[in-house]
Amino acid sequence: MPPELNSRPRLAPGCRLGENNQQRVLLMPERALRLNGPSLEIVERCDGNHTVQQIIVDLQKIYSKAELQKVEQDILGYLALLQKERALDFEL
Amino acid sequence: MPNEPSNPLALIAELTHRCPLHCVYCSNPLEMQSRANELSTEIWSRVFQEAAEAGVLQADFTGGEPLARPDIVDLVRAARSSGLYVNLITSGLPLEEDRLASLVVAGVDHLQLSFQGAREETANEISGTKSHAQKLRVLDWLKQHRVAVTLNFVIHRRNIDQLEEMLALAESSCATRIEFANVQYYGWAFANRENLLPTRQQLDHSVELVKREQERLQGKIRIDFVVPDYYAKYPKSCMGGWGRKLMLITPSGDALPCHSAQVIPGLSFENVKDRSLREIWEHSAAFQKFRGEDWMQAPCRTCDRREQDFGGCRCQALLLAGDARATDPVCSLAPLRPKVDAILAAANSLPTTVGAGLAPPAAGQLTRPAWLYRPNPA
Repeated sequence: MPPELNSRPRLAPGCRLGENNQQRVLLMPERALRLNGPSLEIVERCDGNHTVQQIIVDLQKIYSKAELQKVEQDILGYLALLQKERALDFEL
Repeated sequence: MPNEPSNPLALIAELTHRCPLHCVYCSNPLEMQSRANELSTEIWSRVFQEAAEAGVLQADFTGGEPLARPDIVDLVRAARSSGLYVNLITSGLPLEEDRLASLVVAGVDHLQLSFQGAREETANEISGTKSHAQKLRVLDWLKQHRVAVTLNFVIHRRNIDQLEEMLALAESSCATRIEFANVQYYGWAFANRENLLPTRQQLDHSVELVKREQERLQGKIRIDFVVPDYYAKYPKSCMGGWGRKLMLITPSGDALPCHSAQVIPGLSFENVKDRSLREIWEHSAAFQKFRGEDWMQAPCRTCDRREQDFGGCRCQALLLAGDARATDPVCSLAPLRPKVDAILAAANSLPTTVGAGLAPPAAGQLTRPAWLYRPNPA
């Protein structure tokens, strides 16, 4: 199920940003995800303040050369992946 | 240098072998380290610093029972301030509410609370001690803290029929993850194997249930399921490959490529008191021994799966084939697979002591097996 546009994703307990050898990573139970470019921009905004819609608008500005629709789909796909990993809570 | 390693990603810190529990499948070696030989707070702190500098992301605090260390809060703080993600793998004994709060403040990111069953009677039997009620108390206290919580169940013949109750316990708690780890047969589990191996029917039933529940709980609770590899077609990629991702430090400071590497004859281990972590990782003979593919025998040497499972587990090869270089005998392609099949045939012909969702077992089948309990080191 795709996340709702007006919900505010927040990193779940035990999930946080880290850094190793200049590589940003998302640390979580038994896992670590490398973050680069768009994935880092998304995760930095999963702070319980930004809505999904706001994250989409922000990234559409940053990646203004990309197709709007494609940016939205990629973000929703990535949030769904993080949700499956149980790395996010969605607050309304 | 041949087999130049990538950097380690996780450090398993076996802080002590002391433990209030006596679990019949404990992964500690049969010969345990005494308190007198344990590393000091200062040496562990240096090890965490060196680990972070070598590229390690996560530290797994385990034991024995890590809470048996009086300096556990200091150790957590040291690991966290070095930049490591701190996993505390604990039985929840001995723990009081304020000590839990101190641990969270010191920087525990993820607490894995072990349970030996969903029912008090089974749990106490398996752990050889009255421990279940205290675990439930700890689980309740955890609701007050912002920390990831995993419920960790080691699964075997005697509790594999309780998965639904275990999930219900997780759902009533603040846990975001539940781990059903079927027993792997080393150390104490190897000694108790006959009473721990589930039947094929039990396993199939549990696999189906887990698949269904993973779907139902998606986004709420992550369910990780580790199969008993005796039933698998291909071996596990043990430790993600020898000397590729993980290193384990024993209570006395020996650096091991895996939990049970000490069973392999002829391996000698470097100690963190004498050498830096990076030196050990890159140059120690024990870590080099099974890196890469040069050591492989047939059929691994030419197998398409050799970069996926690295020939399976070296310790299991030693335990079942008597040769640490052999193909892991659980592999369906291994020359010694018939030996594993014979072990399974024996396990499947024994009366099941639990129901696995079938008719309840007859009272006579519920007799307590002759467990070999893990004792406590001095």
